[in-house]
Amino acid sequence: MSTATTHDDHHHGAPSGIMRWITTTNHKDIGTLYLWFAFINLLIGGAMAMVIRAELFQPGMQVVDPNFFNMMTTMHGLIMIFGAVMPGFVGLANWQIPMMIGAPDMALPRMNNWSFWILPFAAIMLIAPMFTGGAFLDGQGPAFGWTMYAPLSLQYDKLSFFIFAVHMLGFSSIMGAINIIATILNMRAPGMTLMKMPLFVWTWFITAFLLIAVMPVLAGAVTMLLTDKYFGTSFFAAAGGGDPVMFQHVFWFFGHPEVYIMILPAFGVVSQIIPTFARKPLFGYSSMVYATASIAFLSFIVWAHHMFTVGMPVAGELYFMYATVMIAVPTAVKVFNWMATMWRGAMTFETPMLWAIAFVFLFSLGGFTGLMMGIAPADMQYHDTYFIVAHFHYVLVTGAVFSIIAAVYYWLPKWTGHMVNETHGKIHFWWSAISVNVLFFPQHFIGLAGMPRRIPDYSVQFADWNMVSSIGGFAFGLAQVYFLFVLIKTIKGGEKATDQVWEGAEGLEWTIPSPAPYHTFETAPTVK
Amino acid sequence: MFAKTLRRALSSVWGAVLLLSASTAIAGFGDTLNLREGVTSTSKTVYGLHMLIFWICVVACVAVFAVLIYSMYAHRKSKGVVPATFHESTTVEVIWTTIPFLVLVGMAVPATTALLALEDTRDADMSILVTGYQWKWKYEYIDGAAEGISFFSNLDARSNEMRQLGSGANPADHEHYLVDVDNRVVVPINKKIRFLITANDVIHSWWLPDLGWKQDAIPGFINDGWTELSEPGVYRGKCAELCGKDHGFMPIVLEAMTEDDYSQWIADQKAGAAAAAASATQTWTLDDLVARGESVYNTNCVACHQANGQGIPGVFPAITGSAIATGEVGGHIDIVMNGKAGTAMQAFAGQLDDVDMAAIVTYQRNALGNSVGDMVQPSEIAALR
Repeated sequence: MSTATTHDDHHHGAPSGIMRWITTTNHKDIGTLYLWFAFINLLIGGAMAMVIRAELFQPGMQVVDPNFFNMMTTMHGLIMIFGAVMPGFVGLANWQIPMMIGAPDMALPRMNNWSFWILPFAAIMLIAPMFTGGAFLDGQGPAFGWTMYAPLSLQYDKLSFFIFAVHMLGFSSIMGAINIIATILNMRAPGMTLMKMPLFVWTWFITAFLLIAVMPVLAGAVTMLLTDKYFGTSFFAAAGGGDPVMFQHVFWFFGHPEVYIMILPAFGVVSQIIPTFARKPLFGYSSMVYATASIAFLSFIVWAHHMFTVGMPVAGELYFMYATVMIAVPTAVKVFNWMATMWRGAMTFETPMLWAIAFVFLFSLGGFTGLMMGIAPADMQYHDTYFIVAHFHYVLVTGAVFSIIAAVYYWLPKWTGHMVNETHGKIHFWWSAISVNVLFFPQHFIGLAGMPRRIPDYSVQFADWNMVSSIGGFAFGLAQVYFLFVLIKTIKGGEKATDQVWEGAEGLEWTIPSPAPYHTFETAPTVK
Repeated sequence: MFAKTLRRALSSVWGAVLLLSASTAIAGFGDTLNLREGVTSTSKTVYGLHMLIFWICVVACVAVFAVLIYSMYAHRKSKGVVPATFHESTTVEVIWTTIPFLVLVGMAVPATTALLALEDTRDADMSILVTGYQWKWKYEYIDGAAEGISFFSNLDARSNEMRQLGSGANPADHEHYLVDVDNRVVVPINKKIRFLITANDVIHSWWLPDLGWKQDAIPGFINDGWTELSEPGVYRGKCAELCGKDHGFMPIVLEAMTEDDYSQWIADQKAGAAAAAASATQTWTLDDLVARGESVYNTNCVACHQANGQGIPGVFPAITGSAIATGEVGGHIDIVMNGKAGTAMQAFAGQLDDVDMAAIVTYQRNALGNSVGDMVQPSEIAALR
């Protein structure tokens, strides 16, 4: 028995100090690290968005020069995608997947540590060129758009920094994905068959395969940029017999699955939250699983709808149009299933439910504009305007980001042991939900009316809606600073959370104490 | 307390938004709500298709949102509802998979017809080659009566001054701020015109919303698009693909003319070209070259090297005091004519004629804080070509 006691002493409770966080292999610690990393990046990327909206507040150049503006749009995109949304979802996966499938930890804990700790260095590598000039922030970071199209990106002097950063981000994502697949396949509690897994686990399982499939494609694309820039190859240089359009094909073969990497886990989150607060099981569980898998499959065969204006053969344009609009079918099935889950439930509207319902409404709007852009001849007008800026912010901000915030409000009591003050949560919700629409809805109008994206200045006809959009932007940005206040307040204290936390919550994570102990399910539970 | 303050702050933001809408001309908001219908058969077809999909989306959206909102109202715990337990129905799943599919097929049919018409550039009456440069457009008339006419189209000088950071200018003072150019591309009405579109450096995108399409300009590729305008008029658009620092400042202005006006325009262009050729054989004075060079500099160089010649440190080099602009003149001419590979410095040999080339080099050596004192004659440039 004495060995057993030593064993327990060794493992229970967290080591203290900074070394706890650097050396940790605990899925909860690593989840926390990912989530704070994501939040810090949300604020950095958000600050860049504020610079963009400040410059666009009125016509004329008032705040930054055009090169700096391009750097802001580029870095905003990269930081939000690779620094905020993706790590945010990985953080949720780390915290929740082991607790939801009854596993003691992730399958590969040391790799888990490594996949997180690559990230801060990758982020520094990405941001560093902004500070390399003589003056503070003098605009020497990447300014060619997050899509890094050749040959424009090949004109950039410090491309090697950027490429190295992308490679590191890719390593991190691939390792994270391997870990999630290994965990889900090997660590489920007895009785937890695949078709009994919570939907959040299912969506992450599928997402992880997408990551493993496409991150190497991105790595290939940027490596070709690297050799074109520094080693005299001509993959994308027409003068050397290369093909600039090929870059876009390779990039979007990564890029389209990438956008689903950022939305499938969101579907999972919402599919956990709505049944809880509707007090009714998820409608059409198996159709939800199949719809997710269908969307994942389709994501590989629609990439060139990002490229309707590059001059593809008409047959190619027709194919990509047909394949693209097909995505509306499984996506509609998901929305209908959430609707049917709510139907004749007994709903309450605590903060997580508000965010989840807002997700269903606003993501649907983003879905509809996506369908419109899938229609190739119409996209000849929509392409590269603020219409698409509005579209992808509806699916990424009110879609992915709203779902992450919903998830944080949903599981925070389990993580901290404290309930969130409902008034604070609701202030954050209404403040965000209203301002985000003031921010992005007018962008549909100015895009349709003919304002291209990624321009620092515009003709006066677009002035009015841009000003409205900027006001919404400042308000939405400030709302996320308020979120920081809500988070810190909840972590420090608050009403004691019960084990089940929410009245209608079902699943293994709600059977353990709140806050969740450092080690959970050391003895596997049995699922009936 | 804090909550109340916040609510008050929020409502005052809303107040500001409402006030703004009221105080600005409502037309300003109303004019920029929807896709432009445009002036060609293509743009009208695309507009019709856009409205069709839009209304289908609105109907679907209203239906789904109505059910959600009703459910949120009626199926609340606070109303004492006992939750139902149903959680699957294959019939329902099949129905709501099939209906969206059929709607999509219904949308795909007119979309296919529209796309085939939009992409059909056969049997054009004339062709214009459009080349994107950082950051201007070049138009070359390659057949018909205008064959041989070729020119660059830059952002107009007034917009260019006004758009400089800290210029303090009020964009509202310029009716066509950022959508005006020095040389418009001119086409006759009632002719099917084929645009061949390519680029010299990076990818650009040629877009006139009123024609109903955009097409990327890609180095090494020649894309095409077509239009046929029935009314004389001026149509304005912008580069739509991020192409570097001044992506936002390379507008496209197309003027459609009657057949008579178009013939006159061709005659004027050809006369202008002949005069320019004559001036290239003269010997120019230093003052004349510097004066001419200043306007050439402001059109072609100022975007990167800046109006004061200081460039942007770390991004674009300075002209003032530079080793090239104050060194041996041959090297200076060489870099302007042939550019520098792997940087944004273009080869201007194909963009500037002998006079402009001589003027720009002379200007850079004798202005912007430089005073080398020598000059270059157009004939010297001609000898180097």
